[in-house]
Amino acid sequence: MEEAGQYPYPAVACIDALKIVQHHRGWVSDDSVKDIAQLLEISNEDVDGVATFYSRIYRKPVGRNVILICDSISCMIMGYESMYEYISLKLGIHFGETTNDGRFTLLPNSCLGDCDHAPAMMVNNDHYNKLTFEKIDELLSNYK
Amino acid sequence: MEKPLTKYITPGSPPPDLKEYSRIGGYASAHKALKEMSPAEITSLVKASNLLGRGGAGFPTGLKWSFVPMGENSPKPKYLICNADEMEPGTFKDRYLMEGNPHQLIEGMIISSYAIQAEKAYIFIRWAYKKAEKELRKALAEAYAAGYLGKNILGSGFDLDIYIHSSAGRYICGEETALFNSLEGKRAIPRTKPPFAAISGLFGKPTIVNNVETLVWIPHIIERGAEWFKNLSMTGAGGTKLYGVSGRVKNPGLWELPLGTTLREVIEEHAGGMLDGYKFRGVIPGGISTDFMLEKHMDVNMDFSNVGAVGSRLGTGTMIILDDKTCPVAFIHNIEKFFALESCGWCTPCREGLAWVEKLLASIEEGTGKMEYLDILKFHTKYLCFGNTFCAHAPGAAEPLQSGLEYFHDDFVQHINGKKCPWRS
Ligand SMILES: Cc1cc2nc3c(=O)[nH]c(=O)nc-3n(C[C@H](O)[C@H](O)[C@H](O)COP(=O)(O)O)c2cc1C
Ligand code: SF4
Ligand code: FES
Repeated sequence: MEEAGQYPYPAVACIDALKIVQHHRGWVSDDSVKDIAQLLEISNEDVDGVATFYSRIYRKPVGRNVILICDSISCMIMGYESMYEYISLKLGIHFGETTNDGRFTLLPNSCLGDCDHAPAMMVNNDHYNKLTFEKIDELLSNYK
Repeated sequence: MEKPLTKYITPGSPPPDLKEYSRIGGYASAHKALKEMSPAEITSLVKASNLLGRGGAGFPTGLKWSFVPMGENSPKPKYLICNADEMEPGTFKDRYLMEGNPHQLIEGMIISSYAIQAEKAYIFIRWAYKKAEKELRKALAEAYAAGYLGKNILGSGFDLDIYIHSSAGRYICGEETALFNSLEGKRAIPRTKPPFAAISGLFGKPTIVNNVETLVWIPHIIERGAEWFKNLSMTGAGGTKLYGVSGRVKNPGLWELPLGTTLREVIEEHAGGMLDGYKFRGVIPGGISTDFMLEKHMDVNMDFSNVGAVGSRLGTGTMIILDDKTCPVAFIHNIEKFFALESCGWCTPCREGLAWVEKLLASIEEGTGKMEYLDILKFHTKYLCFGNTFCAHAPGAAEPLQSGLEYFHDDFVQHINGKKCPWRS
């Protein structure tokens, strides 16, 4: 519902507002929650309730690049666990953590719709599949 | 063999633009429908075709549309929503259709909106499908510029705007009433039914939700008719189906085949059979919320009624293969973990029950399970059913669990008695 004329009342814009903030800031801080609440004339709790419900709204700071590893069934069969261990070792972080230099955040994610080319992952908006250790080395070097 | 939906899709190359799509006959059905047919005629044609919804439940599309209030005094605006959330693990068919031929979907939405006289339509698309979203936005701009969208389309007096909403990410958004709440900017929690969406849906107005693979059929049915559509399938159920296979097969992928193609043909011919060194143990036929099928079901015709007859569901038609080197307990645990995490938390049996199921399965997988856990798990499959929960999420979660417990009973017992997973060294 990005078209402004499309909101019959302000609160409808809540998810879009959160997405816009995140697009510019990388995540949604408490202050941003308050700002959105004021703008949409709803309570802070309402905004936070929406923000925390959705997986792709971050309420904590994330790194410059977010790695999402698919941990769903087809990728489990095809070995996502070893891909995770490899990345985890390489970057020195576990799921939910960010590297000290702020370069990467590593998160698990459900199916990415790449099941016939499993194992799959995304970095920011880019899809990668049929992962191997070599492929991971190469693709991660593209993100600064 | 005809492949109406995927004929013009070439993976790896860009989808047909408006010019190319028109050259191959695209938008001819929109012209025909809006200029020569009444909304009622379209709905009865779709009814006669017996098109069953491809979102998983197989509900007759024409019948669904016929519940929408029509005529001068019907509520305004009415809405059509294309469900492109596709978050069911193991499913990747709608992505293929949207990336490969976005105009086909837009044309389907124009005709469907006209049939129910909806003046606003949404494509609710999964956040991860960036490429599909980009192609759809491009195609929408072309369709507006050519007068297929906007005011007074093709001089018919019919107005339609299509908007794209990229989901903020939660499986439950795919449930149609949760989807309404999400479009209204709220937490995606399902609503009680009744009232049904066709009467009171998005913003309390009459709303129809259809899956991508359902809507792309509409231009073809307008062009070729109901009989042609029925004859496409092996079993008279109507149409083709996008079948997918993932797991340890030689050639995982997606194929458009007559609805009712046998499980054997899909797995052995199209997916190339199992990888060397792996044996087939079972398959989840249609996204993870369907019951397992086994070797003995190989000759089942994969349509809604025949899969139903052997105790499973066609679901999304995208199959996940369990091989002999993957632990069935780990397989089922992975599935139930997803369901537990994605429970919206609204009703207790689902919120508490699935979390408990997940813990018990984790414990069995780790070798700390007890025999009585199997009874507790079975208890859950019985009570996480329609009527006890607000939506189909928990009943869906119960399906692979209950058939898994039955079909792979010995593997569960082996974990419990051996106090470890036999697949782990
Ligand atoms: C938990 C849950 C998730 C769902 N996810 C989807 C989905 O991603 N896509 C979809 O088309 N239908 C999904 N459905 C089914 C929809 O509620 C709805 O029945 C369907 O979109 C109707 O389309 P159809 O009649 O064309 O099949 C889901 C249902 C449930 C209970
Ligand atoms: S069954 Fe689960 S997902 Fe559906 S409403 Fe209840 S808690 Fe939410
Ligand atoms: S299960 Fe990993 S991409 Fe679908």
